[in-house]
Amino acid sequence: MRIGFFVPCYVDMLAPQVAISTYNLLRRFGLDPEFIEQASCCALPFTDMGYGKKACRLESGLVPLLSGYDHVVVPSGICTDQFRAHFDGIEQTDQVKAIRASVCDPVEFLHDILRVDSLPWAHFPHKVALHNGCHSLRYLLEAKPSELAIPDFSKTADLLGLVDGLEVVYATRRDECCGFGGAFSIWDTSCSGQMGIDKVNDYARNGYRYVTSADYSCLLHQQTIARKHGIDIKTFYITELLNGDARP
Amino acid sequence: MRQVNQVKLGEAFIKDTAHRESHDRCLWAARMRRDNVTSAIPEWEEMRTLASDIKRHTLSRLDEYLEEFERNATANGIHVHWAADAAEHNSIVLDILSAHGVKTVTKGKSMLMDECGMREYLGEHGIEVYEADLGERIQQLDQQRPSHIVMPAIHKLRTDVAALFARTLGSDPSNDDPHYLNSVMRAHMREKYKHADAGMSGVNFAVAETGGIVVCTNEGNADISANVPPLYIASMGLEKIVPRMSDVALMVRMLSRNALGFDITQYTSHYHGPRKGQEMHIVIVDNGRSARLSSPDYREALKCIRCGACMNTCPVFRRTSGLSYDAPYMGPIGIALEPSYDLDRYARLPYSCTHCGSCGAVCPVRVPLPEIIFYWRNKVVESGNSMLIHDMEMSAAGMVLKDASNLAKAEKLGLWALRNLPQGLTESQLNPWAREHTNPEPPAQTFRQYYEKNIKPGKKQ
Repeated sequence: MRIGFFVPCYVDMLAPQVAISTYNLLRRFGLDPEFIEQASCCALPFTDMGYGKKACRLESGLVPLLSGYDHVVVPSGICTDQFRAHFDGIEQTDQVKAIRASVCDPVEFLHDILRVDSLPWAHFPHKVALHNGCHSLRYLLEAKPSELAIPDFSKTADLLGLVDGLEVVYATRRDECCGFGGAFSIWDTSCSGQMGIDKVNDYARNGYRYVTSADYSCLLHQQTIARKHGIDIKTFYITELLNGDARP
Repeated sequence: MRQVNQVKLGEAFIKDTAHRESHDRCLWAARMRRDNVTSAIPEWEEMRTLASDIKRHTLSRLDEYLEEFERNATANGIHVHWAADAAEHNSIVLDILSAHGVKTVTKGKSMLMDECGMREYLGEHGIEVYEADLGERIQQLDQQRPSHIVMPAIHKLRTDVAALFARTLGSDPSNDDPHYLNSVMRAHMREKYKHADAGMSGVNFAVAETGGIVVCTNEGNADISANVPPLYIASMGLEKIVPRMSDVALMVRMLSRNALGFDITQYTSHYHGPRKGQEMHIVIVDNGRSARLSSPDYREALKCIRCGACMNTCPVFRRTSGLSYDAPYMGPIGIALEPSYDLDRYARLPYSCTHCGSCGAVCPVRVPLPEIIFYWRNKVVESGNSMLIHDMEMSAAGMVLKDASNLAKAEKLGLWALRNLPQGLTESQLNPWAREHTNPEPPAQTFRQYYEKNIKPGKKQ
């Protein structure tokens, strides 16, 4: 199985531990992920802001870099959805379609493809609040969104359940967006900030100190808002817990 | 400024903690009730699909069903009128009212009449229109638009209503008991109902096969307006048509459950003709709808049945209130609809969204609201209505993200700044991120640097 490893730009620069944990976790399963060194960005910032033409230029550049893998693992729910749902400004050749089908985030890869049922190295005997980022939840459907009247499931919680001692808990407003929204956090600072502090206060009221998500962009937002308000939370990308890298 | 700045208008509401918290709490409670009642129906998701299919089918044969409706309604003794736009709608209504010498009208809630600016138009022609929906009447007395399509005054506190009624109706300013406030309004409106020359209402569903309309309210206000005066006029957007009465049964099962979390509206009234001695008119309004049918990206928005659930669930709407959209339609469906009327004026609205996707997930007719909001962002940029600051940011991002080596250089510079520049500079007001966040902790190395040292073939541990 040939595995490509696409590291989102914000992860590379601001949260390298996300990529390191994911990479090392994949190695534990005997895989040899190939870091796609020449790739820079999934084009999400352009698609998000309505600059479809600019997105196309990046997309065309990515096609040769992302081709030829059985799976391309992207440690970020929002970037994974970008490839799957929005990588469509360029001509949809067989090559492009194959890329879009091969991209998955670590939750999908571990749960659906590797069907992981044991993580003997992972131990974290604490309550951890699971924040399902909006893209992981409502676009990638990694868990049941509370809006839908469908049977309950959560791939993310299933995986976290394999970590020894870990108890998955949720904010009271379980599926409420935390207000990151990419450029929204810069474009509409007051609303983004209010949504963020509401989310962080929700954890604090429940006495939750540890927060995890399959989208580190949400966690970066929540963590830095909490710090601004002097609220003590610690955030982990999901593979930091699954690989046993998270420390209290 | 001509362009609506939802961010700025919303910010004022966000800062008003008492109003924001009450607004957010009430609407979130509606969303929670909705989740409870919908998840109790095993076939809920199938109902959404069916309702969407019925709406799509109807939109694909809109002309046939509207003409069938007109034939059947006319046979029922209803006068049917066609209006190409808001101006024609208003003048048709004025002509009917003038012909009957009407001076005062009571009217049930109608988003379409708001869309057409009918109340103001009739006012200019000497006809007083009294809103009969409690929330809408509160907004009328306060000379404000409705802030929500189902709960028009939901952004107000009880104390606001007490002060407003004291100022406009002479009630006790210190009494904000809801029962008292209701009794003040009831006494005030009963007089209007008794003397109204005509009644008006909107339409929730028009049934092609029967030529009748269905009007849903929780207060019965549309019923008094329709039943007491000798003249009744209902106005409908042409997308309100459904083929069969059995389609209404499906939609009515969904409407109030999704809007407020109640099984059904208190009043679900079917009007299939004038009562004895009454005259009944229906005005069917296009106002840009048929032109939108031709846009595959946009057509889906015409399925909307105006339940308001997308507003209740929208995290931005709940914190900024409907007034911040400064438009007849607000929240996610407002972002989907308003730019199609006036892209210049509403070019910023599509950005008041985090793409959380919740609106699309609650929509009873599966309008793909998040996709339509993306669609409008692209239209804003293509039409040259984007903001200069966005253009500049995107050009800069285009250079940085062009390839991996440019990205690596920019990362190096950014991390150097985070590590070395004083916090007062990096977290100054020039950095919008720093208004609500601290800067992220700069890591010791980027993943690329880690990879070079530890993983790159030949250097593997």
